[in-house]
Amino acid sequence: MDISPEKLADAYRLMKTIREFEERMRSEYQQGKLPGFIHIYRNQEAIAVAACLDMTNEDYIASTHRGHGHCIAKGCEIEAMLLELACKEDGLCNGKGGSMHIADMSKGMLGANAIVGGGPPIAAGAALTAKTLGNGAVSMAFIGDGASDQGTVAESLNLAVVLQLPMIFMYENNRYAEFTKSPKPDGRIAERAGAFGMPAEVVDGSDFFAMYDACQRAIMRGREGGGPTAIEAVCNRYYGHFEGDAQAYRNQAELDAERAVSDPLPRFLADPRAAALTEEKIAEINAAILEEIDRGFEVTYAAADPTPDKLYTDVYIHYEGRLQ
Amino acid sequence: MKMSIREAINQTLHQEMERDERVIVLGEDVASDQGGVYGITDGLPAKFGLHRVIDTPITESAIVGAAGGAALTGLRPVAELMFVDFLGVCLDQILNQIAKFRYMFGGQARTPVVIRTMIGAGTGTGPQHSQILYPLLAAIPGIKVVTPANAADAKGLLTTAIRDDDPVIFCEHKALYMDECEVPEGEYLLPFGQARTAVEGSDITIVGMSRTAVIAEEAATQLAQKGISAEVIDLRTLSPLDEGSVLESLTKTGRLVVVDESNPFCSMASEIAGLAVERGFDTLDAPVKRVTSPHTPVPATPCLEANYVPSVERVMAAIEETLSY
Repeated sequence: MDISPEKLADAYRLMKTIREFEERMRSEYQQGKLPGFIHIYRNQEAIAVAACLDMTNEDYIASTHRGHGHCIAKGCEIEAMLLELACKEDGLCNGKGGSMHIADMSKGMLGANAIVGGGPPIAAGAALTAKTLGNGAVSMAFIGDGASDQGTVAESLNLAVVLQLPMIFMYENNRYAEFTKSPKPDGRIAERAGAFGMPAEVVDGSDFFAMYDACQRAIMRGREGGGPTAIEAVCNRYYGHFEGDAQAYRNQAELDAERAVSDPLPRFLADPRAAALTEEKIAEINAAILEEIDRGFEVTYAAADPTPDKLYTDVYIHYEGRLQ
Repeated sequence: MKMSIREAINQTLHQEMERDERVIVLGEDVASDQGGVYGITDGLPAKFGLHRVIDTPITESAIVGAAGGAALTGLRPVAELMFVDFLGVCLDQILNQIAKFRYMFGGQARTPVVIRTMIGAGTGTGPQHSQILYPLLAAIPGIKVVTPANAADAKGLLTTAIRDDDPVIFCEHKALYMDECEVPEGEYLLPFGQARTAVEGSDITIVGMSRTAVIAEEAATQLAQKGISAEVIDLRTLSPLDEGSVLESLTKTGRLVVVDESNPFCSMASEIAGLAVERGFDTLDAPVKRVTSPHTPVPATPCLEANYVPSVERVMAAIEETLSY
C-alpha cells in the first residue's frame, strides 16, 4: 500500500480534526450551547478518513445520523459545519438541517440522514449518475450495524449488484444499534452483503492503514467498472447513542476495555508507515486544528440566526401555490 | 392529432428523452418488450438503449430512492412506481428524503425527479392496486402532485414535470389510459398551478381532478339537457393548487360540488371545501357538497367497486341537493 507524505499528513489531520471538533462540540453541547440531537463519532475516525482520502468532490457519500466525521473527511469546512450545527443562517444548510441533516453538495456530501437506512438508496442513485455519465466517480453509503437490518439497505445492495453500480457499502459496525448490543457476530454483515454477489470484507476499523488499503481497492474497483464492494469496518462506539445517553445498558468494565484498544489515533502514530510524520509536524497540525476550531466557535456564537422569512424559503425552487 | 393518454405519455417520454440525454427512465418492466403493464414505455429501450431505460428488480424503495439520488447528482430521472399503492413500501424515500432535500440542505439541492404512478379504482384490482392516495402526497411540502384528466393535459403536464427542477409525482388514472382527445403536435408544455375550465357555466361549480374531472363533465352534459348551466373546473395539479380559479368560479355560481375519488377524510374534496368556506364564504349561496369514495378500502368485486367510486348519479344527486337549498 502506497501513501504519500501529504496524504499521510492529511489522514492524521482529518482524524485529529474530527476528534477535537467533536470533543469541543460535546463540551459546548453539555453547556446547552448547541441545539438538537448530536451523535458522536469518536474512535471511528479512521473509517471516514480512510474512506474519503482518495475521493474528490466529484465522488459522493451518503452519511448517517453519526455524520460529523464523514463531513470532515469529505472536506466540509469546519466553520460552515459549526454554523450549521448551531443552526445559524450562514451554516451549510442555512440552519435548516442541523447535525442530523447536514450536507454539502459542493463536496459530494449528500447529507447526514436522520432515518436509519435512509442513505443507501440515495447513494445508489448517485452511483447510477456516475455510471450513466461514465465519469469514473464512485458513491459510498455509510451504514451502521443497526441500519444493516433495514430493508432499504438490502434493496440497495441488490440494485447495486444488478446494475453493477460504482458503489461502496461502508458498514461501520460499532456493535451497538442505539441502546441494544448487536446480536450479530463480527463479520456477519459482510457475509450478508457478499451473499448479494459483491466482494465483501471485514476490516479492523481502528486500523487506518488496513482501512485505507481496503478502501483504495473498493474505490478503484468502482472507478474501473467493477461494480460494488462492501466493507464491514469493525469498531466500538465510544460514547452513547446520542450525547447525553447515560449508557446504563453498557457494562463499564467492558466499555473501558473497548475504549483502550479501539482508539485509531495512537495506533496510527505508532505504525511504522506513519514514521514520515515527525513530532514537529504533528505539533504543527494539532495547533492549526485547535486554532481553526476556536475560530469556528467564535464566529458561530457571533453569527445571526436565520430571519423569520427563512421558514418559507427553499421548499421548492419554484412554486405556484401558497406556503402559508 | 387524436391520441389516448397512454399514447400521449409514451410520446412525451420519447420526446423528452430525445431532447435531453440526462432524462432516464427506471422501474419495473419498463424495458420489457411490451413497455410495462400498459405499454407506457413502449419503444424506449430500442431507441435510447438499456443504459437509459433501466429495468429494475421489484424494489420500490431502491427505485424511488435511487431516482432521487440520481436527480440530486445531475440526472433527470423518470421513475415508475407501478401502482401508487406501493407507496406503502417506499414512502420514506419520498416523504423524508426527496421532498426535503432542498429545504433541509438550505437550498443547495436540486432534485428534478418525476415519479410516474398509476392511481384509481374501476378495474377490479382490489384494495392494494386501486387507491388514489394523492391527498396524502399533496400534503407533503417539497413535492408537486399532478393529476391529468385527458391526453393533451397528460402531454403538457408531463413535459413540464420532466423539465421542472423540483420533484413531481405524476398520477395516471388507469381507467383513463385509453381515453382519446386531440393532442398538440410537437413540444407542448402546460404550467403547473393552473386549473382547466373544462365547461363554462353559471349555475353551479363542479370541481374534479383526474377521473373525477371526466365524471364532472358528464354530469355537466346531463345538467345542460335540463337547462342547468354547470361550470366544471379540472384542477390538473393538486400541488400547487389553483385556488384562484375555484374562487373565481364561485363568484359566478355561488354553489360548489367537489368530486374526488379519494377517501373522504383529509381528501382533496375537504381541501377545496375548506378553501371555499374560508376564502369564498361570501360567494356561497348553499352549503358545499363533497362527493368522494367512502371511508373503506377499494373492494375487488366489481359490483361493490361500482358503488365505491363517485358516479355521475351521485354527483347529480349532490348537485340537485345543492341547487334546491
